[in-house]
Amino acid sequence: MIHPIPSGTRDVLPEETREVRAITDTLRAVFERHGYGEVYTPALEYESVLQRADMADARPAYRVFDESGAVLVLRSDMTVPIARVVATRYASSDPPLRFCYFAHCYRGVRPQRGQPRELLQAGIELVGSPAPHGTAEALTVLCHALDATGLKSYRVGLGDASLFPALMASLRVPEHARAQLLHALALRDFVGLELSLSEAGIAGEAAALLLEVPQRRGGPEVLADAPAQAQEAVTGLRRVHELLDPAVAARVIFDLGLVRHIGYYTGAVFDVYDPALGAPIGGGGRYDELLARFGPSLPAVGFALGVDRLHMALAGEERGTGALLARARAQEPERVAEPALVADSALEADPAREADPALVADSAREADPAREAEL
Amino acid sequence: MSATGGLTIAVPRGALFDGTVDLLAALGLDTGELRANDRKLLFEDIGVITMRPSDVPTYVEAGAADLGVTGKDVLLEQAAQLPGEGGREVYELLDLGYGRCTMVLASEAGPDPAVEALRRLGVMRVATKYPRIAARHLEQTGRQAEIVEVKGSVELAPLTGMVEAIVDLTATGTTLRENNLVVRERIVVCTARLIANPVAHKLKAAAVDDLLARLRELPAAARGRGAPETPDLLASA
Repeated sequence: MIHPIPSGTRDVLPEETREVRAITDTLRAVFERHGYGEVYTPALEYESVLQRADMADARPAYRVFDESGAVLVLRSDMTVPIARVVATRYASSDPPLRFCYFAHCYRGVRPQRGQPRELLQAGIELVGSPAPHGTAEALTVLCHALDATGLKSYRVGLGDASLFPALMASLRVPEHARAQLLHALALRDFVGLELSLSEAGIAGEAAALLLEVPQRRGGPEVLADAPAQAQEAVTGLRRVHELLDPAVAARVIFDLGLVRHIGYYTGAVFDVYDPALGAPIGGGGRYDELLARFGPSLPAVGFALGVDRLHMALAGEERGTGALLARARAQEPERVAEPALVADSALEADPAREADPALVADSAREADPAREAEL
Repeated sequence: MSATGGLTIAVPRGALFDGTVDLLAALGLDTGELRANDRKLLFEDIGVITMRPSDVPTYVEAGAADLGVTGKDVLLEQAAQLPGEGGREVYELLDLGYGRCTMVLASEAGPDPAVEALRRLGVMRVATKYPRIAARHLEQTGRQAEIVEVKGSVELAPLTGMVEAIVDLTATGTTLRENNLVVRERIVVCTARLIANPVAHKLKAAAVDDLLARLRELPAAARGRGAPETPDLLASA
């Protein structure tokens, strides 16, 4: 019998689970080593509580009523729940606070687009550590974590959410036109941006800057050439860059047009790219105003990686299932000692596993799609 | 290879094909085989893949192509309609100017059957290949409409009485006139657009920017800017 599950969700079977677990165990070890303690929060939250945050395009998509009529939502990210936890449970603790998480989040999807409704995110939140040091720490943990998984060719696009608004303000763009320009940029529509500029009656050097600056991306020369009107954000990015180890700094691509779809970001924002995947693997940034919506005002920064996307990028770089563990061992001999990897390699080598009838049946079915269709 | 800096470009078959190939030729790409062989899909030696225009954003979004050319009509139809929905995750880099068409609302000549339907029945039926653009336009202009999606020859739908109006793309208005249809409203002008995968836009920034710069330097004629303006379609009503 075939019993369907909702599009954008899936069952994860043992072979994939082993690979995903190897990734999350590796990430967890790095997060823990940097002092980030793992937290769980409920998948269901009160809508009225999560609504305190400006989620923009990432707001919760699924609602249910509980027995008393209260509206519950399935969380769409972990940053907002952790902001709630900090306000509720750590009100009297001295910052900085460091948390990591491995949790499923729930998003609305467009049909037929292969988008996940349920996605496993791995991430950290660093609360109470302002820019530039907090940002540099988050980027460092991010790169160390990705390095540990064995991902080779990734880059981190680094921008600042305040850059374009500051540019508009200093170029005296009329208030009413700003939202539309920002909207075009968020849609990555430079043709639309040009059109909106001319509709708003902005011309000459101001229009040229507003159109051209967000398209600048590349090495540190991007910061050096940045116009005076963007200096505050650019200086912030330069300070972060100066704090990074050379190995981490080498991963950074400065991107003056980087805009993330979630509304609460205030300063530095970043996206992780890998040539093996057509979409970002994850990203994050500073959200210095979010905590104040739940409790004491604290600067904060964090990132989330899409574990499935990271898995796809690793597989894409390697081209071959199972190679993930082999590569992690080959590339970083010192990591062999890590319990997770040893346990997994033991499993791989265990001949008894091959004889497990359930697993044999599983792999036989996978190897024969025609038979599966008959079933 | 050097003409596109090693980038893979998704080229649309159909109405935008000739303009796109001319553009690639002007950039120095050897387009001989691309023009000659209309059954082949993958031209690896020049970094070109061909497909129907509506598939271009799909391939570019997935990273199967770094860049692509498609109509604004395709991008609008696949764009986010509601907040939080998320449109295609691609960059729209350049208006290439050619393939200029207008999305119009048209109905049979004479007293507008759509207006009559709206007045007497409170709802108009509209056939289209662009259900999202049509629905959004009618919603934004405050009219109740029942959208009927068809896959080809939209002009047939009002002639058979199935609908009172159509929303379709027209370049010259000839097909509409031949079917006794007149343009009632112009919704949006659409041209060919250069789009980019968001990851390629960052990781292959130099190649993308070099291509953009060379496209901008091309004489207007090669970019289709020399094409005649769309005739005033409303005037023909």
